[in-house]
Amino acid sequence: MDLKLKALTKSLWVFHAACSPCNNCDIEVLDLLTPRHDVERFGIVLIGSARHADALLVTGVPNYKTKERLKKLYSQAAQPCLVVAVGSCACGRIMFRDSYNSPCSVDEVVPVSVYIPGCPPKPEAIIAGIVKLIEKVSEATTYGTK
Amino acid sequence: MKILFNYLIFPGFLFSACVGLISGWIDRKVTARIQWRVGPPWYQNFLDLVKLLGKETIVPSGAKITFLLSPVLGLLSTILVATILGVTVRLPLESFAGDLIVVLYLLIIPAIVIIIGASSSGNPLASIGASREMKLVLGYELPFILSIIVVIIKSAGSIQIGSILNHQINFGSNLASFSGMLAFLIAIICMQAKLGFVPFDMSEAEQEIMAGTLIEYSGLPLAIFKLTKAILLYTMPLLLIILFWAKNLTILALVGKFIAILVSIILIKNTNPRLRIDQAIRFFWGPVTLLAIIAIVLALFGL
Repeated sequence: MDLKLKALTKSLWVFHAACSPCNNCDIEVLDLLTPRHDVERFGIVLIGSARHADALLVTGVPNYKTKERLKKLYSQAAQPCLVVAVGSCACGRIMFRDSYNSPCSVDEVVPVSVYIPGCPPKPEAIIAGIVKLIEKVSEATTYGTK
Repeated sequence: MKILFNYLIFPGFLFSACVGLISGWIDRKVTARIQWRVGPPWYQNFLDLVKLLGKETIVPSGAKITFLLSPVLGLLSTILVATILGVTVRLPLESFAGDLIVVLYLLIIPAIVIIIGASSSGNPLASIGASREMKLVLGYELPFILSIIVVIIKSAGSIQIGSILNHQINFGSNLASFSGMLAFLIAIICMQAKLGFVPFDMSEAEQEIMAGTLIEYSGLPLAIFKLTKAILLYTMPLLLIILFWAKNLTILALVGKFIAILVSIILIKNTNPRLRIDQAIRFFWGPVTLLAIIAIVLALFGL
């Protein structure tokens, strides 16, 4: 397995991209950093600049303004950069699908690697999602399909 | 050949990078334990570096050549400091006259390099960070140099690190005297600012200006900046040990003193809120400089 990608799976730096969420998912994301769940054990830290990001954590339904911001953020992040959709809104827009200010879902703007449903998802669910993401990255490299 | 070996491998690059990254881990682990968390494994910082080497390096449009040049310059100068100090600890007689001045100059270069790199990136948040860093350097440099003048007075006017070491080995460490203790305290506060640790991390303030001076860096240059910070985290406590606390420098004592200083600055980091930049300047130019002058006067009276 490629050493650099192996290191990537062990030290994910996460940028929290909030696309007009209701803030419940964001609170659950912050719960991950608290003593009970402590994701820094696995090298996951929340960072401030999109340039340093290995994963974009997208919450909420993009509207006309945040759609452009999200596209820009993804182009600003250094590749390889993964995208995680947290919450039912980011996964499939649920009840906001027919809303006047919801032009598209997250995966129509940026390529999403992992979907974590839930309204809001529990911290355990987010950790399970991250584990799936890491498995996906390592499988992709072992089969040489990355 | 021997100089190259010294610079690249033993007291220089490889050794100081490893020790620096491990002390960076001690920082993260102690922080985690204070916050009642578990914290990352000991090789976490090495993994971060390897990962950053595999990332894409983005150069923002409009950035000058200094954007990529400055991290390298900072790394080279910190390695040089680590080499000079490491060689002096092993063989005090091999140091040259005036190397204390050289070390002081070289220790300013990482800060200057961060200022240059941040302002050449063309990001408004980075320029805010650069201006804060500049003011901070102006603030802490004065009391830091004053506290080192105390050491020079205590060791009979010598500006050679080797002879300062020998003086302490013969006559007891500087920390044992009243003025030395005061100067040591001031030097620790200034070291906190030099390392960019929390009461004085306004140039990198993650919550208000995101990553501040480092905001536009990614991939290799960011890795070099992280490595520079790591080596500084090893070099600064070592410098303080050499200048103030060098009575007994066997390996065990050295490691013990290093960890004691490291943990104490981590505790300061974790129990203080971030100061505003004007508060920091007022703090450094007011009470800290005053204390430093008192320490110099005490040292002149031989206390």
